[in-house]
Amino acid sequence: MSQDTDTVKIPKALQGVGGWFDDRFHGARGFGVLMRKVFPDHWSFMLGEIALWSFVILLLTGTWLALFFVPSMGDVVYHGSYTKLNGVTMSQAYQSTLNISFDIRGGLLIRQIHHWAADLFMVAIFAHMLRVFFTGAYRKPREVNWLIGVVLITLGMLEGLFGYSLPDDQLSGAGLRILQGVLQGIPIVGTYAAYFLFGGPFPGSSIVPRMYILHVFLIPGLILALVTAHLFFMFHQKHTQMPGLGNTEKNVVGQPFWPYFVLKGQAWFFFIFGALAVLGTFAQINPVWLYGPYTPLAISSASQPDWYMGILEGTLRMMPAWEINFLGHTLSLSVFIPGLLIIGLLFTAMAVWPFFEQWATGDKAEHHINDRPRNAPVRTGIGVAAVCFYGILWAEGANDVFADKFQVPLYTITWISRVAIFVVPIGAYFVTKRICLGLQRKEVGLLTHGVEIGIIRQLPSGEFIEEERPLTDEERAILDSKKAVLALPAPGEPDANGVPSPDSRGVMGWARSVANRAFLETVAVPDGHGNGHGHPDGHEAVEGGERAAVGAGDSGESGESDGHEEH
Amino acid sequence: MSSEHELEEPSGPHRVVGTPSTAPAALDLTAEEVASHEERDAVALLPADPEDPVRASRYEKVVAALFVLAFVAACGFIAAYIGLEVGSVDATLRSNLALGLSLSLALLGLAAGSLLWVRHLTPNIETVEYRHELRSAPEDRAKFEEFFAKGTAVSQVTKRPLLRRTLLLATAPLALAPLVLLRDLGPLPGTSLRTTVWRKGLRAVTLGGNRPLRPADMATPGSMITMIPEGYQDDQNALAKAGVILIKFAPGELHIPTIFNGDTQLYGMNWTVENIVAYSKICTHVGCPVALYEQTTHHILCPCHQSTFDAANGANVIFGPAARALPQLPLMVDPDGYLAAASDFTQPPGPSFWERG
Repeated sequence: MSQDTDTVKIPKALQGVGGWFDDRFHGARGFGVLMRKVFPDHWSFMLGEIALWSFVILLLTGTWLALFFVPSMGDVVYHGSYTKLNGVTMSQAYQSTLNISFDIRGGLLIRQIHHWAADLFMVAIFAHMLRVFFTGAYRKPREVNWLIGVVLITLGMLEGLFGYSLPDDQLSGAGLRILQGVLQGIPIVGTYAAYFLFGGPFPGSSIVPRMYILHVFLIPGLILALVTAHLFFMFHQKHTQMPGLGNTEKNVVGQPFWPYFVLKGQAWFFFIFGALAVLGTFAQINPVWLYGPYTPLAISSASQPDWYMGILEGTLRMMPAWEINFLGHTLSLSVFIPGLLIIGLLFTAMAVWPFFEQWATGDKAEHHINDRPRNAPVRTGIGVAAVCFYGILWAEGANDVFADKFQVPLYTITWISRVAIFVVPIGAYFVTKRICLGLQRKEVGLLTHGVEIGIIRQLPSGEFIEEERPLTDEERAILDSKKAVLALPAPGEPDANGVPSPDSRGVMGWARSVANRAFLETVAVPDGHGNGHGHPDGHEAVEGGERAAVGAGDSGESGESDGHEEH
Repeated sequence: MSSEHELEEPSGPHRVVGTPSTAPAALDLTAEEVASHEERDAVALLPADPEDPVRASRYEKVVAALFVLAFVAACGFIAAYIGLEVGSVDATLRSNLALGLSLSLALLGLAAGSLLWVRHLTPNIETVEYRHELRSAPEDRAKFEEFFAKGTAVSQVTKRPLLRRTLLLATAPLALAPLVLLRDLGPLPGTSLRTTVWRKGLRAVTLGGNRPLRPADMATPGSMITMIPEGYQDDQNALAKAGVILIKFAPGELHIPTIFNGDTQLYGMNWTVENIVAYSKICTHVGCPVALYEQTTHHILCPCHQSTFDAANGANVIFGPAARALPQLPLMVDPDGYLAAASDFTQPPGPSFWERG
């Protein structure tokens, strides 16, 4: 590394401008902090950035598209460059989409980039969310940012739905018909909700202009505001970081904003924009001219929404025909449960999870070092179960495509999914948890014995031994990052003052203790093989959820057990 | 700017001066240590030169070449915009290819250049920033609470409940006003979901052709055809509820049970004409058109969520999420010999709704 101290001479003019602003805004200190802000380096931290840059590209391309799109359902007879539809009556929305595609230079390209960017935006949000979940990055103090993320996913889905419905083509019209049917299925207020959104009976002539203002103003405005808050909180609370040598709960190790993040962020933005441009050039998406204008009595088979709405489509397909009629009313369970309830519960569970975990583990400490997924077996198990749950619902949304491609009866696929939706997530939870514990056990071996290097040696006594090398400091720091979960007092058990804590009493106390037991299962790192700090109590292992000693403090590094782990 | 910088030996590979050693134990710092490190970080100095100057100058040329490529491609984009017209499918494809390719090259050139720049032309360093405790100091919290309490007292809001309550009273209806303003977004549904435009004697015409049909026109059993009420071909709201499918059966294949709901007939063979039956085309699940018909099994399938109805048996649900059979439209032959409705549907067509009953 060079020790040269040469810096760049800042031009007088630039200094003058900077000084002018600093005289007025006192910016040198604040922007100085910004310039030095440390960005930890890990590939998974770029997932959220993909979402950010996709959103920027969506704003740029969307603004341009809005200059040409006519959000009206007024009828016109088409005479334009796409001659196959000449003479066809269609809405102005559909006509202007055709014009953007065939009569405005760059229109098709920008339209396709916009659509691809929307799909990538949602992919990136979900990937980022999974990364944050599986590494426990949502833990205190970042719960609010997690909640913002849940809202952003919901808004992103709505924004996408309204966006791809705007062209008023046959495919998107079918999606709107389903939306209307689902709204109508809401108990008590559903019929009114549907009539108010559509301005009367379906399809009416109001839905496109209404979706337009939601799509180009209200929802993007909310997303922009929430993204800003999301980034501000991240900035204010500083990044989490992965476990590693020198990374502690009190520091952030990485590279400074200026110039590193600026250069990397610029490269990443251009890569994402470039990739979307390649897709927009070569990969046709949503060719609305092939679908024709919307009419309520036509449909094509294998009608699928954009990928992020697939879960709703699949849930609707999976649901058995349940409907209850009583006292002159109809409760349309086969619409209401899959259309709104399941996804509502899923997102509610996502929002509640950080608080549930805190409650079940009693862990109120701040966390800035991310967990490795194997070191949080319950969380990882629940996460994989949720991914399986989502994935089965999502795949069922294309059951007709599966039936066609694999020549399996359609109803068989639906029945398989109806069983799998219960069996697979539960199985996935237990299998994942076992795998995590197995990986932990393997790492205890690495910490106590070192790494086998593949050489077997025979001793003069005839005994065979495997040669091992000790872990490097970096490896040891990563393996040693595991924190034990604190055991909570048993229900109704007196605490240090001889009185049961209010948290441990009653049904909630019992439930908390049951949840806590699941979290306690772990393979502890034996003492004396760590990196020289921690594990003060010198225990072998905590296995099977035995109660551990209470009062080890927030460090969470202490536990006690029967020590029946074999070594 | 550089004069106040102090210099230190880097304490490890890729770790910038001014940051602590890599021994993890040393990083469990006290508050004073954090403060002192921050002072040092504030003047920490980044090394200005890359680790390998030879490699750096090599990559300088590569990066510059990529930027030149991006420049050429971006110029190509502008040229393609000016030079290539659109206005037909082929022209659009040419223009799309030229614009897209040049834009992609320009963006990817910039991306690759920027990436190689940061990878090979800047020294690979690590800096350390220290976290502050997020929780405010107790005295700050106390000060905040004290001032807030004082301010509240000064405002009189706690001392004068009359003011407080009348203020809340005044804002309540104003807060409701935006909701009230949304009332005219749509008409109240009333009973409009229960009825369609079908009435006795209204002819059914083909969708698209607007042609009325005689029973003899559907001579071949097994065919399914979509029909709409005559004169409503441009009324999408009417069509979205009133569209029907006509299916012709071979003699003896059609068995529609006669079903009554109280005094109202819902299904029956007496509503068919020469083994031709009319069902609503709107799925009772969420309203997609039930557009697929399998002649051999008489199954009507909705392509959206695969609700399956038995056309030979009153369009009963065989599979899928739809909870109710497709409503049957009573058919008759009008004086001119054409197929027409004998009445409206006797139950609401389309998706269920709360008031349906």
